[in-house]
Amino acid sequence: MAGDAAIITFEHVDKFYGDFHALKDISISVREGERMVICGPSGSGKSTLIRCINGLEFHNSGVLTVDGIEVFEASRSILKLRQEVGMVFQQFNLFPHLTVLENLMIGPMKVRRIAREEAERTARKYLDRVHIPEQADKYPSALSGGQQQRVAIARSLCMESRIMLFDEPTSALDPEMINEVLDVMVELADTGMTMVVVTHEMGFARKVADTMVFMDAGEIVETASPETFFTNPESARCRAFLDQILDH
Amino acid sequence: MTAQPDIHSPRGRPLPQPAPLARTVDSVTFSVMLYLVIVGGLVWLAYSGAQAMGYNWQWYRIPQYFYTVTEDGFQWGEISLGLVATLWLSALAFLLALALGLVVALLRLSGLVICTAVAIGFLEFIRNIPLLVLLYLFYYVLGPIFGFDRYTASILCLGVFHSVLISEIIRAGINAVPKGQWEAATSIGMDRGQAYRYIILPQSIRFMLPPMTGEVVHMVKSSAIVSVIAVAELTTIGRNIISDTYMSFEIWFTIAAVYMAVTLILSVGVSFMEKRYAVSQ
Ligand SMILES: Nc1ncnc2c1ncn2[C@@H]1O[C@H](COP(=O)(O)OP(=O)(O)OP(=O)(O)O)[C@@H](O)[C@H]1O
Ligand SMILES: [Mg+2]
Repeated sequence: MAGDAAIITFEHVDKFYGDFHALKDISISVREGERMVICGPSGSGKSTLIRCINGLEFHNSGVLTVDGIEVFEASRSILKLRQEVGMVFQQFNLFPHLTVLENLMIGPMKVRRIAREEAERTARKYLDRVHIPEQADKYPSALSGGQQQRVAIARSLCMESRIMLFDEPTSALDPEMINEVLDVMVELADTGMTMVVVTHEMGFARKVADTMVFMDAGEIVETASPETFFTNPESARCRAFLDQILDH
Repeated sequence: MTAQPDIHSPRGRPLPQPAPLARTVDSVTFSVMLYLVIVGGLVWLAYSGAQAMGYNWQWYRIPQYFYTVTEDGFQWGEISLGLVATLWLSALAFLLALALGLVVALLRLSGLVICTAVAIGFLEFIRNIPLLVLLYLFYYVLGPIFGFDRYTASILCLGVFHSVLISEIIRAGINAVPKGQWEAATSIGMDRGQAYRYIILPQSIRFMLPPMTGEVVHMVKSSAIVSVIAVAELTTIGRNIISDTYMSFEIWFTIAAVYMAVTLILSVGVSFMEKRYAVSQ
């Protein structure tokens, strides 16, 4: 499914928080249409890694290129780049003062300067896509966690992004709502979207991942296809981690 | 599964209830009664004191200062006009303070070293000058230099003084919006200005409203200070009437009551607004 052209490339990227070395010499690339799943223990730098991709954090050295644009703090193209990269957060981060429909329309209207009618049409299309067209006029606080996360996914899709980043999209959800969100993500994967997903949902990973990445202590320890990753991981750290989470 | 437990007879340990005395002291009725007793006591004290001085009460002369009806028709009295002047002054000064306060707060939060330094410098400068001195500064120093009259000096002085307090309210309100809102706004490509305008400020209003009410009330009350440069507002009018009539007790009671009525109405009005805001969230 994935093409050959790399759409995200990290070349020897390092990131520090003060003295703390959060990303250590990261080199990795994501091809257009590729679905990459990143896992690893807490504090290993997974969030930091994907937050660098849309410039929510900035790396300190090395080269990071996304969709042909080099990412760095002083870049003039960073706003343009963020429109191409959607992001879904663990805590949803919907705008609580706006209705669901307004949440979806505000980006296209204010950032992309699309007319209201067209923005609304797009918003309704993507609400259908995440299976909650009937919630359009409610405020986010009236929705369940699973519904809120699906709205958040639709909000990113409304920007017509070419890359979608997910940072533990289901870890704040009650167990019975996890699948409704994962189903939407699987459907999204089927459309050929480039996705980078931080998650510990290994069932999802098996179903959609083209590439599995295991991180520990700021390093990429292992990169493999799902078959190899789940059956025969190279490193002991990765094996120990998998044993632990697959137990549950 | 056996028989359904009877929900009307709980089997667990009952939860401790507040003591009867605590419940009574907490009740609204009790607060209102306590308030009335205190106010009544104060009024009685003042009255008996005045009586002991042999003060000649002339309450019947007060209504004419609110309005008069003669053969010429209905006319507003001096106190009413003074009240209008006070409200205008406070409103204009508040608008100025709001605009300036927003600018100072945004400068402070800009993350740029120079802007933050400018904001903090301004804040500390104004905060450490007494309001009265600030007023003299505006009227006697800046007034002649830039050629503005006592009204303009008053509005500028009150506006600048309160902008400092308001900027802190705005800053606290902005900081109360969760960081995730910034991240979500940023990740859909908004720049700082757009994020503030469409996402952050609308949400922070909810946090700002209660302290802002306090500020409006504070503004109305502190506007009385401009009476020292003879701006014809409520307090100045009160003083003028007294120097003509020597009814200091009646007039000061009346003026105090008028201020109190205005600030109470403002508080109640804003708490209404707060409720509506809370509902639409
Ligand atoms: N803003 C920050 N300032 C200082 N240290 C930070 C900051 N953000 C993250 N860190 C540190 O960087 C390390 C990596 O954090 P990161 O959030 O990327 O980990 P993670 O793999 O996403 O973990 P989790 O599974 O808990 O989300 C952690 O040790 C964290 O304490
Ligand atoms: Mg994380």
